[in-house]
Amino acid sequence: MNMKKQKIIRLTLSYIAIFIALGIVIYPVLWIVGSSFNPGNSLSGSTIIPKNATLAHYKELFDLEQSNYLKWYWNTLKICTITMVLSVTMIALMGYTFSRYRFVGRKNGLMTFLILQMIPNFAALIAIYVLAVQTGLIDTHLALILLYTGGLLPMNTWLAKGYFDTIPKELDESARIDGAGHFRIFWQIILPLAKPILAVIALFSFITPFADFILAKVILRSEEKYTLAVGLYNLVAKQFGAEFTKFAAGAVLIAIPISLLFLSLQRYLISGLTAGGTKG
Amino acid sequence: MNNMTTTSSTHRKRALFLSLIPGLGQLYNRQYMKAIAFFILTVSFIIAFKDLLNMGLWGIVTLGEKLPRDHSIFLMVEGIIAILVLVIGLTVYALNLYDAHVNGKKRDMGLRLHSIREQYRNVVDTGFPYLMLSPGVFLLIFVVIFPILFVILLAFTNYDLYHSPPAKLVDWVGIQNFIDIFRLDIWRRTFISVLSWTIIWTFVATTIQIAIGIFLAVLLNQKDLKFKKVFRTILILPWAIPAFVSILVFAGMFNETFGAINNDLLAAVGIDPIPWLTSPFWAKVALILIQSWLGFPFIFAMVTGVLQSIPDEQYEAATVDGATMLQKFRTITLPMILYAIAPILITQYTFNFNNFNVIFLFNGGGPPMPGQTAGSTDILISWIYSLTLESKQYAKAAAVTMVLSVIVISVALWQFRRTKSFKEEDII
Repeated sequence: MNMKKQKIIRLTLSYIAIFIALGIVIYPVLWIVGSSFNPGNSLSGSTIIPKNATLAHYKELFDLEQSNYLKWYWNTLKICTITMVLSVTMIALMGYTFSRYRFVGRKNGLMTFLILQMIPNFAALIAIYVLAVQTGLIDTHLALILLYTGGLLPMNTWLAKGYFDTIPKELDESARIDGAGHFRIFWQIILPLAKPILAVIALFSFITPFADFILAKVILRSEEKYTLAVGLYNLVAKQFGAEFTKFAAGAVLIAIPISLLFLSLQRYLISGLTAGGTKG
Repeated sequence: MNNMTTTSSTHRKRALFLSLIPGLGQLYNRQYMKAIAFFILTVSFIIAFKDLLNMGLWGIVTLGEKLPRDHSIFLMVEGIIAILVLVIGLTVYALNLYDAHVNGKKRDMGLRLHSIREQYRNVVDTGFPYLMLSPGVFLLIFVVIFPILFVILLAFTNYDLYHSPPAKLVDWVGIQNFIDIFRLDIWRRTFISVLSWTIIWTFVATTIQIAIGIFLAVLLNQKDLKFKKVFRTILILPWAIPAFVSILVFAGMFNETFGAINNDLLAAVGIDPIPWLTSPFWAKVALILIQSWLGFPFIFAMVTGVLQSIPDEQYEAATVDGATMLQKFRTITLPMILYAIAPILITQYTFNFNNFNVIFLFNGGGPPMPGQTAGSTDILISWIYSLTLESKQYAKAAAVTMVLSVIVISVALWQFRRTKSFKEEDII
């Protein structure tokens, strides 16, 4: 009897705590969705469920003459995709090499990567800014893609190397005996086996540039070249409140597809992160 | 045997000595193709890079002498390139010495040297890893290592708004920037207040998000709870939504004129509006609250994974022994969690230490502080940003960057020393 009472108290308290947490998590989401349907540009006197809900702000965002929003979306997807392809290619090559070959400079190379992955690459902000100005790469997407790819290499190479290490070496050796060359062993035998880790790395290399704000803010100057992060920030920063509902619509349109993508791939992401955390 | 090698060690010495001029040593070892290759490589290196090395090394020492001819920053960039090229050149040179010595030694011991065909195979086999690495390493050198070298050099110059090419030259000033930061009043006061807030921010915000994450994960791991899957999905939402979007939304919610926190939530319970953006104290509180919201789902997801792998028998045994819930948590659950995710927890601290996005997007580091060069919620990285892009204090920003990097690297090294795979590689 006492046990049962205890259980009821425990469960009730748990549900209360969980519902408070759920409320805190959901409230900002509802608020921004509500704001995006709010008529008018500012929020003064609005309620969380707007009275005369309108799609006007969404229409405005999709109107190429009134806003650069679609361009920002396109820029971001372009930068993320190219970064992803470049970094997965380079990381696969490097991770495989570090895992399979013993060559002069290997240990120093791995050590250097280890140190480099500790310094976030935006720490060299001043250098990146000054160098970009001096080389004329400021305000180009190329600069961003190169920076993102370079920044992703050290950590993910360790991740890939760790995975390649778990693929038995006997496979390489038997292929070599059958007469396969260096590159063929890599391309036809090992790479297909490494698909899971490559998928994780691809996901990382897509999300990292997507979520980045600081490098894009430093490099990009003209409005039609902005990425979503910088563009959205400017919508807010220019005259806070004056265009808040439009910003809200923009935020919703980013949050929905990305969270859906994220939630559906979440399991892989976590597996990659735990591998990265405990294995390097 | 021993006697023989000592008496006939002449080949290796002679070959080493001769290859001070690249190629001669190989010639002496009668490896003609290799000799020609080394010689041509050396000559073309000297011809191709003579001017660059000359100009670059002069430039990096002087940083220019005459206006408008010299542009200090270009000279510095050229200087770094010259040094990198020089390092590559010296590596090849060392390789040449090594090769002559090794083959000389083989002759001393009476061994046969490789034929041309064997040498070719050898080059392909040893060269393949370098070929695979080259695209990545090349990119790393230019976009990661190059900027780092540049920052280190900048920290020892007086590059700022008033010493800015092409109108002015930049000079080496030694460790003056570091002295200024620690000695000049305005810099020291700013540095200390920014650093102390950075540390408080890192510890408080990270610890809260970890505590909430663990608490909710444990709560949701109870067997007899319903709808766990739905709850978990919703609780992960803050991680799924891109952080820059959420932070900007929060900046709106905390806004003092139209934000929902003051107007809807606090008004509903009868609390007067709080100056979230204009009072340093409340801005800091708001930031910590926001970061807790943003950061807990990640810990929550990780811990949930760990909890599901703890075998039930352990708890059953503890129950039989009469342990209370709290005891079970303290002796079984918490140690298991901390052991499994310790490395991730530490990266959470270093992440928040450098969490530029939340600071900058929420309030731009503001509200401003009178008599200081940083805002009252600025952490080191956002201070560096405003020093660089707003007040153009490049050299000071570089010096602060170096301080920051030293902190981050020491913490990270301490962490990685303890993780498994680096021990396997026995690198550290």
